[in-house]
Amino acid sequence: MVSRGMDTIRACVCVGSRWTSSRLSELLVSRLGLLPKPLPWPFLVCEPSSRMFCAGPSMSLVGVPLPEAVAAVPAAVILIAAGAIPASDAGTEARRLGPVIGFLIAILVLAHLCDDDGLFRACGAWLARSSDGRPRRLLALVFVAAAVTTAVLSLDTTVVLLTPVVFATAARLEVRSRPHVYACTHLANSASLLLPVSNLTNLLAFAASGLAFGRFAALMAMPWLAVIATEYVVFGRFFASDLGTAPRPPPDRGAEQAALPVFTVVVVALTLAGFVVASAAGVSPAWAALAGAAVLAGRALARRRATPLSLLRAADLPFGLFVLGLGVVVQAVVANGLGRALAPLLPSGTSLLALLAIAALAAALANVCNNLPAVLVLLPLTAASGSGAVLAMLLGVNIGPNLTYTGSLATLLWRRTLRRHGEVPDLGEFTRLGLLTVPAGLVLAVLALWVGLRALGG
Amino acid sequence: MTDSDTTLRSVIIWICEGTWRATVDAALSLAPAPARFTVLHVTSPTAADTARGAYLGLLGRGGRDPGARFDEVAAEAAADLVAAAARRLGRPCERLEIQDHSERAVVAASAHADLLIVARDGDRSRLGPKSLGRATRFVVDHAACPVLLVWPDAAPDVGTMPPPPHHPHLDGR
Repeated sequence: MVSRGMDTIRACVCVGSRWTSSRLSELLVSRLGLLPKPLPWPFLVCEPSSRMFCAGPSMSLVGVPLPEAVAAVPAAVILIAAGAIPASDAGTEARRLGPVIGFLIAILVLAHLCDDDGLFRACGAWLARSSDGRPRRLLALVFVAAAVTTAVLSLDTTVVLLTPVVFATAARLEVRSRPHVYACTHLANSASLLLPVSNLTNLLAFAASGLAFGRFAALMAMPWLAVIATEYVVFGRFFASDLGTAPRPPPDRGAEQAALPVFTVVVVALTLAGFVVASAAGVSPAWAALAGAAVLAGRALARRRATPLSLLRAADLPFGLFVLGLGVVVQAVVANGLGRALAPLLPSGTSLLALLAIAALAAALANVCNNLPAVLVLLPLTAASGSGAVLAMLLGVNIGPNLTYTGSLATLLWRRTLRRHGEVPDLGEFTRLGLLTVPAGLVLAVLALWVGLRALGG
Repeated sequence: MTDSDTTLRSVIIWICEGTWRATVDAALSLAPAPARFTVLHVTSPTAADTARGAYLGLLGRGGRDPGARFDEVAAEAAADLVAAAARRLGRPCERLEIQDHSERAVVAASAHADLLIVARDGDRSRLGPKSLGRATRFVVDHAACPVLLVWPDAAPDVGTMPPPPHHPHLDGR
């Protein structure tokens, strides 16, 4: 049999029950603190030979993932101590980022509770039922599900909660999963344009742009639709042979009869309406997110479906700390030269060419260093040119990451460095798909934004 | 290759989502009856890797890597597919599940077989080179054993064959 390169393990063949490998993984994790992921069946471990491995940007030492904050917070402290950024500036930055992080945490908890209430299971059942086993129809429905999930509950939700459901649904329907999984990961980025809550980059820019929630959505609606349409056309052609397999009626075996959690959907819809109303009334829409999360959390606690600990874990406080640390680090870097270096590259004004240039620069920067630091760097530079420039920058940092497999070269290199000799993912296909969708999507989205700014006034 | 007529011929049936029934049916109708059958399925790591990549881009947000769940679902789906193919075959057979990039794994696994049965996975609306997708094209081009290539459904009409190439100097004669 064929053996695959494993990070830390010399593998041997042992065909047993298909559960054997996952049981063994659990055993190794619990007893020895080894192993980053379930072993690909039908391989079993013979001889674990080393104890160091990685799981991407979160370093994992002997099985315990370390949050990114472990790197970012000490770095921020060192920069403050070294005088690279005055403590008062760091404090101002932290006070600016605090409410944004609070908003993010409320959305993370809301999405987690939606999952607990079976929203994504119901979505999987809906996809299976409505697609009728037809690959093309399934792709169209996955586009709808991924675009709406990303817009309302953020890209994190699509990546972590929706994508596995879509994959399982495709497997159950005996449909080739590649187009559908790619659709989820692509739309997690490119469909995160619509609302401030769709992406952390949007939340950061929203706080700085001074736009109302409804106005942000109105200006981003056309670019959002333009980029989704671009992706859909390219996917239909790129995956023509995968989508061309003969439809089979959905099998009864394992068919999930998951009912839509109506209460949860109503709470999410009211939260969404709350964003618009609160923002129009001059109140931070974060309060609406907090209220929505509180209602679902209260219900889950009362029904003993959640514990304070599980909610705390969903809130992902270490990630909030990471954003704080990153904000301070980026401000120090911008203040010490990066700002001066980038400022001449950014055109001012909101002419079509200026917007295109801003979007292209933002996409390039996001691909080099991940879109989170990119937006922190570019936000103060674009905010001076008005909300049109900020939104063009968002188009770049949100659509751009589809060019690189991990959203940025930095993450990719980080991952490669820590992995000694793991299997190399098929970067060729991912990159080809990115080259077909990103430039076209970016240009059409900027054009749509420019038209919107003319029609609605910048 | 086995060259003695008394030895059982080994026939490998490569099953893929959506087209596997045709390869099993071809094995039943076209392969020598006393053959030693192997049902082969390859799970490509692409889908799980794509999900892992997207998760890495979140810089740790969201808490759990969906890749692990992918491996679980993929293993389960592959086992179900192989079992369904074995049932349809209705004869004793070996089951072989591999996790790798499909085309290379299939060529390697079938190197010493007497026959490999493959279904076309490209454009099935007309006859022509596009009826082979990337994976089957690679396998057909590189296979070290005889290959039986079948249409997953009814073959397109022979009228869909592309017209002969245009040669001006020949046409002028």
